Amino acid sequence: MSDLEDKLYTVKYTPDTKSHLQPVQECCRVCKSKICTTICPAGVYEWDENMQKLIVNYENCLECGACRIACESASLGWEYPKGTKGVTFKQG
Amino acid sequence: MENQENKTEVIVVGGGPAGISCAITLARAGKQVILIERGKFSGSKNVFGGAIYAQPTREIFPDFEENAPLERKNIEHKYALLGEEDATVISYKKRHENPVSYTVIRGKFDRWMADEAKKAGVILVEETVVRELIVQDGFVKGVRTELEEYYSDIVVLADGVNSLLAKQIGLRGDLSPEDVALSVKEVIKLPQEVINERFHVNDDEGCIYEIFGGPMLGMLGLGFLYTNKNSVSIGLGVTLSELIEKSIRPYDLLDKLKSHPEIAPLIKDGELMEYSAHLIPEGGYKKVPLLFGAGVMVCGDAAMFVNNMHWEGTNLAMISGKLAGETAVIALGKQDFSETALSHYQEELENSFIIKDLRTYQDLMGGIQERVEEFLGYYPKKINSFFEMFTSVDSVPKREKYHKFIKSIFTDRKISDLFKDFWTAVKLLWSILIK
Repeated sequence: MSDLEDKLYTVKYTPDTKSHLQPVQECCRVCKSKICTTICPAGVYEWDENMQKLIVNYENCLECGACRIACESASLGWEYPKGTKGVTFKQG
Repeated sequence: MENQENKTEVIVVGGGPAGISCAITLARAGKQVILIERGKFSGSKNVFGGAIYAQPTREIFPDFEENAPLERKNIEHKYALLGEEDATVISYKKRHENPVSYTVIRGKFDRWMADEAKKAGVILVEETVVRELIVQDGFVKGVRTELEEYYSDIVVLADGVNSLLAKQIGLRGDLSPEDVALSVKEVIKLPQEVINERFHVNDDEGCIYEIFGGPMLGMLGLGFLYTNKNSVSIGLGVTLSELIEKSIRPYDLLDKLKSHPEIAPLIKDGELMEYSAHLIPEGGYKKVPLLFGAGVMVCGDAAMFVNNMHWEGTNLAMISGKLAGETAVIALGKQDFSETALSHYQEELENSFIIKDLRTYQDLMGGIQERVEEFLGYYPKKINSFFEMFTSVDSVPKREKYHKFIKSIFTDRKISDLFKDFWTAVKLLWSILIK
């Protein structure tokens, strides 16, 4: 995890106060693979076993869209952050 | 509501290579065009491997080689077939009089293109997300952003691989994990002289690595490395379905690639400047959406215009944008924005290399997907083991070694599998060259 943190540290973000990623928690609870927690290149999603809840670190989102396509139940609410928010790549 | 203030001739959604090429084509023809970019500036939400192609770029920006922010002109293509620890590398090098491609940094290059578009008369609106298309009487009539509505005669969608807008109006269905590759990339800072030495190039010359195998052995995925002026871009793209099936974290693969003995010395002591990720359209011809409708056209990544065999994307984006722009100019001349009028765009695409190339490779991904363990796992390893055998000096007679190697081909796997590989390869060749 620390390796990923080092990587994300290099990315410029302007985070919004509200998440642009809205999982439907009832779907997440019954989702077997919770594949978003694996494939997300920014580790945005974490499953909290105690709370039985998908934690969304949307501030780290790289806006690739992989989670939306990978979501098993196709239930993830996904939109681009507001125009003034989100990631700014300088070296893309 | 539509009124004089919020109505223009064409709205282009997305300020990348496709959208800018479309908008500048329209502006040069004297048309009113608004280009809407969701990032702080063009290029700020874009990621690619690294190179733009000179000839197609010249079609839009004839003097770009004098004016645009370019990194290095590529003089060498290396194809590196990585085993677990070893590597076989094929290289083609030529110092072309007219370079084929240049590495660029999108945050600089796209921004430059957008500035050129502004100079030509395009109205660029940054930091604005189009949330929805406005459809009236079956015609796309404009866009709804977070703040307001803009109306136009034509809307061109150049909103990238995720194109939620093309989906909204039913030009395409939802993407599935087989249709996209997830790419992660790191830009690693290195002094110019170090890059020159490590890659055997002069100051303004660059080298491209296409990387097979290594941590991606047996997977539908490829690595890449490009040299910039003072940095190296290294990354990989793996089909999303493959990452899901094997439950792999993409950045773990990248870390493994970076530590492969063939790659590690190239980036040694470099400092990570930026990490990034993006989706690449991989669906090819079979997944190209409907490209036009009444009052609307789709271009670039939004239209799945990527030739994954040749790593071409920005060129297809630019040329498709240009063709959409030219079609819009004709439609505006006739004041006809119907589906029939805009079908001209499809015809132009069919006559261009864009649809022709996509058609040429339409069976490629499917064919490789069928036998991915073999084509991207077993054979790359086998090629490396051949060279390991061929270069070994151990007092074992050569004929004995050859026989052992040949025998292994027939004993590693079932003979019937060999036939299947051969048959798939023949089918693929047939589909590329003849069908």
